Amino acid sequence: MLRFLARRITFGVIVMWIVATVVFVLYFLAPNDVARTLAGREASPSTVEAIRHNLGLNRPLLTQYGSFLWKALHGNLGYSYINSVSVVTLIAQRIWVTISLVAGGAAIWLVLGVGAGVVSAIRPRSFADRATTGLALFFYSMPTFLLGEAFLLLLFFELHLAGLNWFPGSGYVSLAQSVGGWARHLILPWLTIALVTAATYTRLTRTSMLEVMGEDYIRTARAKGLTERRVTLRHGLRAALTPVVTQFGIDVGTLLGGAIVTENVFGLPGLGQLIITSILDQDLPTIIGLVLLASAFVVVANIVVDFLYAVLDPRVRLT
Amino acid sequence: MSQLAAELLEPITPPSGQVVASEAIQGRGPWQLAWARLRRDKVAIGSSLVIAVIALAAIFAPLIARLIGHGPDTQFQSTGLSPQGIPVGPSTSFFFGTDDLGRDVFIRVIYGARISLLVGVIASGMAIIVGVVVGLAAGYLGRAADTVLSRLMDVILSLPFLVFAIALVSVVGPSLTITVAVIAFFSWASVGRIVRGQVLSIKEKEFVEAARSLGAGDLRIMFVEILPNVLAPTIVYATLLIPLAIVFEATLSFLGIGVIPPTPTWGNMLSEAMPFYRVAWWFVAFPGLALVVTTVAFNLLGDSIRDAFDPRGSRSS
Repeated sequence: MLRFLARRITFGVIVMWIVATVVFVLYFLAPNDVARTLAGREASPSTVEAIRHNLGLNRPLLTQYGSFLWKALHGNLGYSYINSVSVVTLIAQRIWVTISLVAGGAAIWLVLGVGAGVVSAIRPRSFADRATTGLALFFYSMPTFLLGEAFLLLLFFELHLAGLNWFPGSGYVSLAQSVGGWARHLILPWLTIALVTAATYTRLTRTSMLEVMGEDYIRTARAKGLTERRVTLRHGLRAALTPVVTQFGIDVGTLLGGAIVTENVFGLPGLGQLIITSILDQDLPTIIGLVLLASAFVVVANIVVDFLYAVLDPRVRLT
Repeated sequence: MSQLAAELLEPITPPSGQVVASEAIQGRGPWQLAWARLRRDKVAIGSSLVIAVIALAAIFAPLIARLIGHGPDTQFQSTGLSPQGIPVGPSTSFFFGTDDLGRDVFIRVIYGARISLLVGVIASGMAIIVGVVVGLAAGYLGRAADTVLSRLMDVILSLPFLVFAIALVSVVGPSLTITVAVIAFFSWASVGRIVRGQVLSIKEKEFVEAARSLGAGDLRIMFVEILPNVLAPTIVYATLLIPLAIVFEATLSFLGIGVIPPTPTWGNMLSEAMPFYRVAWWFVAFPGLALVVTTVAFNLLGDSIRDAFDPRGSRSS
C-alpha cells in the first residue's frame, strides 16, 4: 500500500514537472515578444528594455527555467503581467467560484446519472429503460456551450422578459454573503454541467449494473430471501460503482482546473474565466499557473481514484 | 453438388425422409455476423443515412452554393436584410433564413459541415493510427518499450485536455490545422491503452506462436497477425471519437479560439448568433440543430456497431 502510494506520487511529480517544462518552453519560445506587447505600441526601445529587465526576461533561458521551477516548487507562481497581483492571489480569489460550481454540479450529476442508470438497468428494454437511454444519449451528444446558452436564453432571458426573475443570468454571490443568492446564481450552471455529465454516468452505471446483476452472488443474495431492493442497491450497485468512481474522480479533477465553458457562458468569475481572459491578455505567468494547477488537480484525482478502487472492491490489490 | 455425389448420397438417406439435409448452416466470421446484425438494426441504418446526407451536403457544398447562387460569405444587403437591417427568416430564396450580415444561413451550415466532418474524421483518423501503432508496439514488444510507451500515455491522459489545448492555441494562434492537431494529440493515448490491453492477451494465443514458428518477423506478427484482431474495438472507438472531436472543434470555435470567422463553422456561427436569437431564431436554431443531429447520429451509430460486435448477442444494449 505504502509502496503503491509512493510510486504513484513520484509519477505524479514527474507528470507535473513535464507539464511545467512544456508550458515553459511553449511560452518562452513563442514568437511574440511579451515585453513589447506590455509596453504598448508607442513605447521607446529603452522602455521595452526596462520591462524586459524587470521581468527577468533578459537572463539566460536556463536561469529563467531554473528560477521558475524553484519558485513554483515553493508555491510562488510569479506575478500577473497585467495587474501586478501574484498569481496565487488571483487563483485564491477565484477558486471558490469554481469549487462551488463543481461541487454542486457533481452532487446533481451523480444522483441523476447513477439513479437513471439503475432505473434503466433494473428492467432492460422496458419503456423506462429506452426513455432514459435515449435521453442520456441526447445529453451525451450535447455540447456544453449549447445547453448552457439554451438555458440562459430560455430560463433567464425569456423569464426575465416575462417579468419573472427566478434565475439570474450571470454573476456570483459568495456563500458567506447569502446562501440563497449563492444557490440561485449557480442553479443554471449546475444544471448545465450536471445534465451534460450525468449522461456518461447513466451509460456507465447501466452497463456495469447489467453485468453485475448477472453474477452468481446476486443469485445467492436473492436465494437468501433478501428483498429485491436490498439486492439491487446493497449487492448490485456497490460492485457496479467501481467504474463510476474512476470517472467521477477524473471529471471532478478536470473540472476543478476550470469549468471553462460553463463559467464563460454564465459569466462566473472562476478559474475557467480567468484562463480565457489571461489568454486573451497574453498574461503568461497566470496561464502557466493555471495550467499547472489544473494538471495538479488531475494528477491528485488519479491517485485518489486508484486508492478508492481498492477500498470499494476488495478484489483489487494495490502493488 | 455434382450429379455423381447426389447419386452416391441417395441410398444413405432414410426412406421415411424425415431428416432434411441441413444446407443453411455455414460458418460465419465475427465480421459477417456483425455486418448481418448491423443491416437488421434500424437505428444503425437511420443514423448512417443521416450521416450520409450530411456528408453529401458537405462534399457538394460548393456545387449547391453555385446552383442556388449564394456564396458562403456573400452578404445580401438588399434581399437578405429587412430595411431596418434585421435578418430575414426562412423562405424559398433563403431556406434557413439569413444572418446578421445578410448571409445565407443554409449555405453557411453546409459549409460548416465540411469543417466539422473534416475535423472529426481527420483528427480521429490520426488518433486511431497513432494509438494503434503505439498500442501494438507497447503490448507486443513489452519490457522497456511497454514501460516507456505506457508512461507516455499515462502522462497525456493526466493532462487537463481543454486547459492545455487552449493554452497551446493561445501561443501558436487559432487555425484549423492546430485544432485538428490538438484533438488528435489528446485522443490517441486512450486508443493506445485499449489496443495495448487487447494485444497483451492476443499475443499469447496459439496462432501467434504458429506464425512465429513459421518464421514470421515481429513486424509481420504485429501488423498481419495481431492487428486484424484488434480492429473491431478500434472501429467502435473511432465512431465514438468523431462526435467528440466535432464537439471539441465547435467549442473552441465558439470560444473564439478555434476556426476563425469568416470561415463558417457551426461553433463560430452559434457564437455570432446568440445576441440575435430573439429577432432571428433561425440563425441559432439551424447551426445548433446541425451540430446536435450530427453528434447524436455518430453516437447512435457507434453504439450500434459496438452491439453488433458484441459476442453476447445483438441485444445487450
